[in-house]
Amino acid sequence: MQFALNQDQTLLAQTARDFITENSPVARMRALRDSGEALGYSRTMWAQMAEMGWTGLPFAESDGGLGLGMAEAILVTEALGRTLCPEPLLTSTLAACQALALGGTEAQRQTWLGPAIEAGKVLALAYQEPGMRFDPRSIRCQAESQGTGFLLTGEKSFVLGGVEADAYIVVARTQGQAPASEGLSLFVVPATSAGLQVQRRTLVDSRNCAHLQLQGVQVAESQLVGQLHGGSALLDDVLDRATVALCGEMLGGMQVALDMTLDYLRERKQFDVTIGSFQSLQHRAARMYIEVELVRSAVMAAARGLDSGSAEAKLLVSNAKARCSDAGVLIANEAVQMHGGIGMTDEHDIGFYMKRARAAELTYGDAAFHRDRFATLSGY
Amino acid sequence: MSELDDFRGEVREFLKKHAPKSLYGMTNTEQAFWGGRKATSTEQREFCLACAERGLTAPTWPKAYGGGELSLGHERVLREVLTELQLVPPLVGFGLTMIGPTLLQHGTAAQKDEHLPKITRGEIRWCQGYSEPNAGSDLAAVATRAIPDGDEYVVNGQKIWTSYGERSDWMFCLVRTDPDVKKQQGITFLLIDMDQPGVDVRPIRLISGSSPFCETFFTDARAKASDVIGGENHGWTVAKALLGHERTMLASLFGTSPGEQGQEQENPLVALGKRYVGLDGSGQLSEPVLRDRLTQNLMDNLSFKQTIQRNADNIKAGHRPGPEASIFKIYGTELNQRRQELMLALRGPQCLGWEGDGFDEEELAQTRLWLRSRGNTIEGGTSEVQLNIIAKRVLELPSN
Repeated sequence: MQFALNQDQTLLAQTARDFITENSPVARMRALRDSGEALGYSRTMWAQMAEMGWTGLPFAESDGGLGLGMAEAILVTEALGRTLCPEPLLTSTLAACQALALGGTEAQRQTWLGPAIEAGKVLALAYQEPGMRFDPRSIRCQAESQGTGFLLTGEKSFVLGGVEADAYIVVARTQGQAPASEGLSLFVVPATSAGLQVQRRTLVDSRNCAHLQLQGVQVAESQLVGQLHGGSALLDDVLDRATVALCGEMLGGMQVALDMTLDYLRERKQFDVTIGSFQSLQHRAARMYIEVELVRSAVMAAARGLDSGSAEAKLLVSNAKARCSDAGVLIANEAVQMHGGIGMTDEHDIGFYMKRARAAELTYGDAAFHRDRFATLSGY
Repeated sequence: MSELDDFRGEVREFLKKHAPKSLYGMTNTEQAFWGGRKATSTEQREFCLACAERGLTAPTWPKAYGGGELSLGHERVLREVLTELQLVPPLVGFGLTMIGPTLLQHGTAAQKDEHLPKITRGEIRWCQGYSEPNAGSDLAAVATRAIPDGDEYVVNGQKIWTSYGERSDWMFCLVRTDPDVKKQQGITFLLIDMDQPGVDVRPIRLISGSSPFCETFFTDARAKASDVIGGENHGWTVAKALLGHERTMLASLFGTSPGEQGQEQENPLVALGKRYVGLDGSGQLSEPVLRDRLTQNLMDNLSFKQTIQRNADNIKAGHRPGPEASIFKIYGTELNQRRQELMLALRGPQCLGWEGDGFDEEELAQTRLWLRSRGNTIEGGTSEVQLNIIAKRVLELPSN
């Protein structure tokens, strides 16, 4: 494993950061929130990201992608995380589309993945359900065999990036019952499918998600992604990639939250001195810094582990997400506390970072879920 | 690449041929060869000399001083071969890790000629004379007085926490040569031969029992003026440089416990958990809270090592050493403490034994290791001092 960035990676990181700084400051995210528009992001900005090649970042050149890995993806998501950029790169490109790239047929890749890369068509991953936390084994949504196809019945919650998406990757049971890991299958379901209802939900981080009602949605055999009954492993691989991409975003957010706090400590005066000279605050800031440094190593290692197909990749991913979840919340809470009253106002941006940190903490498994997974994978 | 491979082969052959059996499979570096006049093992001394001939005791030092003038890559290969053979290095100690690097940086040609070859050949064992009863975290408050007398100094005062003082030959020492200036400006870095009547070393007993720590008393002890490093009253700069080397050494001590995340071998903490806590019907550790704590500890350890590797990779790639290195001492020591406390929790009441029957050797050792680990965040710069350093130097937060 090599942690130092190569020239191409350094360039990609710099380009991404420059683009975001120039085109998507936090003020844009605030304006989107204030506009109250249902979509929650900008299609123009999404098209620009597709033009830069980001929507094809992790996909094979034969699919029209850039053929890069997670080590590169996290450089871009880190840039997005720095200014809380809401476009669905994480949820569509680095989550839902990965299912097609890893398990999709040639026809599915042509129908969905190509357009998703080219024009930034949006897909969303629908795996969570009401009443379940993060473990896919709890999935109850039924896919009943009907002729050569299936009939999907059930509910999907917290479908991130699912509002006005073009298609959904729906995980359903073709066999067995919760909590069996066997018997899950993935389907690509167009948003226009009969019997599919999409409701919008508004979340604390000013983003949204979709709630899907599947009332006898007919899908053909050709819509099955990956193996029948054996979707659990594919979903796991997809979630591992999505998780690491999210970790990159979380790293960007916590780095900025820390930097903003340090700036504030250097500026704000009380008792005739800058509050950053107080040792109690210095020590807490130093602890935050230590956490961010460890997070950075953990996220980079997880991305590299996935890229190299390491036997330890899953451990590395769970380590990264558990650490990001805990550190993200710690840093956000400390950041607001050290900003004092101004940190509680909507006018100040630091609150946005705290809200996003919390939403990210509870996406793709929280710290408890990933520590449990790490322990189980380690055999104790 | 192939040159390193050749080197690997040569070194492996050489070590296999010369290393005495007593150096294999050693888990405690206290039993390794620390050199010096008081070291007793003839075979370890002969092996050290054989290695020194080939520049393997101080691989990266210049040949003129008994080093190997080898690259960091070669040094890494040597380390890997030693690990592979389950051998400890031919020579360890503060000469190699602390005063040596400091002399290379700040010593005169004559001083390097005089002292470095004796380090690489394991002839002289060094100890550190920094802390005093009233100069701990506030190290610049050292009061041990050195007064010039011809081409010598007369030294009076007391040092404390002198690791291995009893077994050492020379001490590198901070002494007060000017009491009337700002405290950092009146300090001299002085090398003192401890084999003289004016130097008295007494061991310190700790909460964990016997320890390598000593107190050192100077009563009209003598040192040569030619053994001042960096000039009279200019010792503080040298002192800080040495602290940097010390922290590197301490961090590496906590960051490189061998074989821990290896797939081939069960993690010792997991093994401990299985043995003392047991697994339930579903194959999970029976105590869910301990299972989570164990996982947190393994994860912290994993990311600490990842950070050490990231730092090393960045340096190798020619980048400036990143500020992440500043966290190694504090994180490594606190992690070790959490690990020790977790091991107590896993063992349960069996970790309470002090001596005698009813407890096996490992359990008795555990008790003392835990107690000893409480000192990790005090020695070599307290955690609080480390946080000050990060806040001021890395985060650039203001002073009052």
